[in-house]
Amino acid sequence: MTPPSATLGKDLTGLEHMTPEQIRLILDTAEPFKEVSERPIKKVPALRGKTIVNLFFEASTRTRVSFEFAEKRLSADTVNVAATGSSVSKGETLVDTARNLEAMRIDMVVIRHPSSGAAEFLGNRIDSNVINAGDGQHEHPTQALLDLLTIRDKHGKIEGLKVCLVGDVLHSRVARSNLWGLTKLGAEVAVCGPWTLMPRGIEELGVKVFGRVEEAIEWADVLNVLRLQLERMEKGYIPSLREYYRVFGVTPERLERSPKAITIMHPGPMNRGVEIDSRVADGPHSVILDQVTNGVAVRMAVLYLLAGGRAELADAAKRGSE
Amino acid sequence: MPRPPKAEDRTTLLDARAMSRALQRMAVEVLELAQGTEDLLLIGIQRRGVELAERIAKLIEKDEGVAIPRGALDITLYRDDLQTVGPKPVIGETRLPGDLSGRHVVIVDDVLYTGRTVRAALDELTDFGRPKRISLCVLVDRGGRELPIQADIVGKSVKTAVGERVDVQVEELDGRDQVDVIR
Repeated sequence: MTPPSATLGKDLTGLEHMTPEQIRLILDTAEPFKEVSERPIKKVPALRGKTIVNLFFEASTRTRVSFEFAEKRLSADTVNVAATGSSVSKGETLVDTARNLEAMRIDMVVIRHPSSGAAEFLGNRIDSNVINAGDGQHEHPTQALLDLLTIRDKHGKIEGLKVCLVGDVLHSRVARSNLWGLTKLGAEVAVCGPWTLMPRGIEELGVKVFGRVEEAIEWADVLNVLRLQLERMEKGYIPSLREYYRVFGVTPERLERSPKAITIMHPGPMNRGVEIDSRVADGPHSVILDQVTNGVAVRMAVLYLLAGGRAELADAAKRGSE
Repeated sequence: MPRPPKAEDRTTLLDARAMSRALQRMAVEVLELAQGTEDLLLIGIQRRGVELAERIAKLIEKDEGVAIPRGALDITLYRDDLQTVGPKPVIGETRLPGDLSGRHVVIVDDVLYTGRTVRAALDELTDFGRPKRISLCVLVDRGGRELPIQADIVGKSVKTAVGERVDVQVEELDGRDQVDVIR
């Protein structure tokens, strides 16, 4: 059980600097929010009157929609701002954009940005709560949190599990957030992929490295298969998509060799027939759609926890109420 | 495990036997109020209300020989003071047995004080359907209402002052049945 003293602070920018207690607090808080999405009226008034801006400087469907559902199911008012067609395309800086939004009295910003560190940069300069929805190659904390929740649902625990991230670990903010979250909660973590897509010195973080996907399959309880971004091929990281599938594709034939039923995860969007075979993605051990369902609950938990995190108000109210 | 004795002034309002008698009387009153068990549904408010609802339901089941559906309600997300008190770290389970429309819902809680918890519970139940009637059943009514809300069934009434606390302990969670007033 989470000690009641754990709080999140103002922003959620990444898992690197979070404590295991804070991560568990979010996962435990997400549990009851799952049920809210199953209700006939999928809405609770917890964030009524809060205004949240979803500031997306990069294309996103799943994450943006997931955040928007989470916000609306908590009764917050939401505005979506995309980089194209906004003042951003006229050359306004990130901080100016955010300050203008703040001048309209907003409470929270959910930001996705192509530059690593953008969320923290913004959080340090505005009073609103800032939630990182993916910043460059740095972190994508809510994705890792929903991955952790899905693993915990499926296996009943995270500690001691063997989780392997397969694919483009080098460029993946999902991988980076997962590495922090998994290691903090006591999982054994490995990575597997072409050496051109492995970060240098990753072994020093206590992470196993597999050069062959067969070795990863033999070892792992869970495979989190990362998206292979297609532009990696043009830049020469891999010879071809077919070659990648032949060597690193997660296929039923490869999985059959493991005596264990390996849980299959993918953060989406999938390239079927490149990093993952359709028969695996749609197979009995795939929890890929559970990840999407859990995404809404985890984001509701994060929004809810950040919205109430103002300690000085809490103290004042406690003195006045029962 | 019984809680360790504290330095504050603690007066026992109900001991285990008195609490048992109160619950038995409340169970009979619920039956009378609902005129039988047909549409009856007991909903306990997290946390101790859930245990009390379970007790009352079992007492009714023993007398009537029919299963009484029950549910649990966590009202945290419907509180009107979330902005000021901050979120409760872990929200309890909400579990309702199907559609509430046409049912006689009896809300069960341990202590009725300001009425704000019940206000939140009424709002939340409305989002699950349209019960034909909602009644309120509490183990202790300690006065001090801030909203026009009253209980239909009360185990024990007691006048308390601001700053005092009513501490309800139940066997399932606290190791014993007892209600104390702490001054």
